[in-house]
Amino acid sequence: MTVETSALETPGAQALTEEDVRRIVREEVTQAFARNPASKQAALVASKGTLDWAYPPLILANAAAAAGMQTAVFFTFYGLNIIHKDFERKLKIDPVGNPAMPMPIPLPDLITAMPGMVTMASKMMRTRFEKRNVATIRTLLDSARELDVRLIACQMTVDVFDYGQDEFIDGVEFGGAAAFMSVARRSAVNLFI
Amino acid sequence: MTTGIQVDEVVDARGLMCPMPILAATKAIRLLQPGQVLKVLATDRGALSDIPAWAEDTGHELLSSGTEDDALVFYIRKAADS
Repeated sequence: MTVETSALETPGAQALTEEDVRRIVREEVTQAFARNPASKQAALVASKGTLDWAYPPLILANAAAAAGMQTAVFFTFYGLNIIHKDFERKLKIDPVGNPAMPMPIPLPDLITAMPGMVTMASKMMRTRFEKRNVATIRTLLDSARELDVRLIACQMTVDVFDYGQDEFIDGVEFGGAAAFMSVARRSAVNLFI
Repeated sequence: MTTGIQVDEVVDARGLMCPMPILAATKAIRLLQPGQVLKVLATDRGALSDIPAWAEDTGHELLSSGTEDDALVFYIRKAADS
């Protein structure tokens, strides 16, 4: 089917078929997406501070940066644990009320609430991850900084929890919700973890 | 599996888990000239999907993938305009 062309068209030019039009539109859309800078930006929020929740934002941020994306992670509330200088001690896992957590034998909360269980569960998880050669939190933080991932601490929660800016690892920036939103709106990837 | 591909650098990520194989590949490919070939060895099954996806996202060319002894092996050519 040929699209009707006007009499003002350049003499000698071919009329466009419907197929041509569709192909051109497809190519333009694909090129527009590739040219869109947002496709090369990723913004993540890390709001949880337990050991199991520390891995996802760091692994994803590293993967985004490895894929060539400009990546920023905004650490807020308990997520501050991940970038605190003392993160190794702060990142723990609590077996109480954690039915998703794999246990060697099923234990009722009454037992898992006993003193020492948090330390034991945290050690068990760390050992399990080490045995399988999963990168440590320290390695993931170092790698993120090497790949120019921006690590941004939420200034408000830093203040509310009475932390000082000097209590965080090197390279951490400080910002607020509006600063984060400004990054987020320019990013095709937006993850709240 | 032997290929006739000329390799310029090898990344041995065997035994390492996600995301280390692609991180190691990212670091190594930075040191290559465009057109040079990187060989990546990995045992993490996740690399089967990770390496091709990473190659597509970064524009580097995945020349071939397969297995060598008990490891996954990938040959990647660094993109010309990177």
